[in-house]
Amino acid sequence: MSNENSSSSGALAEVKAKLAETLGGVTLAWSAFREQDRVDFPASELLRCLNAFKAAGFDQLTDLTAVDLLEFPKATDRFELVYVLLNVESGQRLIARTYLNEPDLTVPSATSVWSGADWLEREVYDMYGIVFEGHPNFKRLLLPQEFQSFPLRKDYPIKGRGERHNFPVITRAES
Amino acid sequence: MPLELLESSDLDASKREGLWTLNFGPQHPATHTTLRLVLQLDGEMVIDAEPDIGFLHSGFEKLGEVLDFNQYVTIVDRMNYISPMANEIAWHHAVEKLLGIELTPRCKYIRTIFAELMRLHDHLLCLGTCVLDLGGATAFMYAFNEREYIYEICERASGQRFHTSYTRVGGLLYDVTDDWVEMVRAFIRKFPKAYRDFEGLVMKNRIFVERTRDVGVLSREEAIAGGATGPVARASGVARDLRRDEPYLAYEDFDFDICASQGGDCYARFQVRMMEMLESVKIIQQAIENLPAGPIFASGTGKETIPDKREVYRSIEGLIHHFESVMPNRQMQAPLDSVYAATESPNGELGYYIVGDGSFRAYRARTRPPSLLHFSLFSKMIRGCMLSDVVAVLGSINIIAAELDR
Repeated sequence: MSNENSSSSGALAEVKAKLAETLGGVTLAWSAFREQDRVDFPASELLRCLNAFKAAGFDQLTDLTAVDLLEFPKATDRFELVYVLLNVESGQRLIARTYLNEPDLTVPSATSVWSGADWLEREVYDMYGIVFEGHPNFKRLLLPQEFQSFPLRKDYPIKGRGERHNFPVITRAES
Repeated sequence: MPLELLESSDLDASKREGLWTLNFGPQHPATHTTLRLVLQLDGEMVIDAEPDIGFLHSGFEKLGEVLDFNQYVTIVDRMNYISPMANEIAWHHAVEKLLGIELTPRCKYIRTIFAELMRLHDHLLCLGTCVLDLGGATAFMYAFNEREYIYEICERASGQRFHTSYTRVGGLLYDVTDDWVEMVRAFIRKFPKAYRDFEGLVMKNRIFVERTRDVGVLSREEAIAGGATGPVARASGVARDLRRDEPYLAYEDFDFDICASQGGDCYARFQVRMMEMLESVKIIQQAIENLPAGPIFASGTGKETIPDKREVYRSIEGLIHHFESVMPNRQMQAPLDSVYAATESPNGELGYYIVGDGSFRAYRARTRPPSLLHFSLFSKMIRGCMLSDVVAVLGSINIIAAELDR
């Protein structure tokens, strides 16, 4: 069942050729799993790579998320940043990943490339503490602004750190 | 949380004077659930809108890293609770892709029927409540009446009306019976009549048309760049549907059309949803008449699927099999890798990014909720509209806050 081959090798070869042209000197590591094409790119060239992906036809950012690799077997980096890209016309997908390590958790924002990155980046910051520089309205998305921790990190306990006790209790008489 | 005046950066100070700020929600009948909008108004004109979300954040994704692949299904059906089984199908679709499990034909067909029933379920609520928000209570009743029949079909198959938790890794909780098949047949026989009633009450109603036409326009370019999917994108001219473009389950076997429109306004989004309901009925009809016989669980090494309940209770082998599939040290091991898998949920592309770490639970279970991307486009759609258009636009993009905040 396990199919390590790429799904659409013809279209992929085209993308690879385009990227080799625009991203000369940048090391891209290609892989595939369950017919899904993936590319690992260096975080130092993040914005340049994302622009090149868009120029290669990936005009929609389907999803942006992160993974904390703290407890992942044999992992060498701390965070994985995942961009799920889509070419709306041809339906081709590409999963572009990059790796980040503490203390340097600042990357440029992709909002200038895909406007849909806006809330996705805010959510990644909210949950993992990865900062996106150049974002037009950068703050937490889901959690309260005064929240201190980043709950989807693996060193954050499932039961929380008692944040709920810090909220003032408003009694019926006061309200 | 202290309320702050939010910056509307594209306005200069002179223009902002004289505007007033209106808090819409978090508790408002038209938000349906809990979300807040901070509107900047010039008279009745909406100059800017800033959504404030997170009121229903409940840490679902963190729970997904604790519960195993079968247990987490009880959490995902609480995300988009308007079409609970669509979430379950999407979740197990992604898990099965990670584990490399091929479903049996019968399971595929049953899941397809349910996926389409959920599309009807979701669209009926979306259309019905939006008409209600715009002042038409009658059509709402017609829509909700049909939803009751779908609840009954769910209940007959899974034992639960609402939070069905019906899918399992590589299969389903129970097989369906012949009278369930009859129920589905009876439902699709009478659904077109209810559909015509609803259509007649709403789609040519002058008040409804004037409240929704040219309101909340989203262009094709904005829809693509902003990550819009599903009916919202299709109403803006992006003819993309995962059922056709990345066929999963049994969709390859059926004959159906993709519904799209060029309008981009609220009315176009309603039209697309209305047309999709008829296509769903077509798919269910084809699936129910060709429902294959056979097992519902995929056969593999045996560890990835739970055994039939009759075997568990009546044979020692079945009991051992069941124990092995639930004990952490004997469960199937997921590969040390990650997949992204998406399905066409009623609201749009519902995807899961799952990372496996060698156990039977996800190391990371990311949900890609369609509502999140759609709601981030809301301020673009509402700029320049009237205050009373807010409910029309909110209804047309069908924001489900539980899915939005997770």
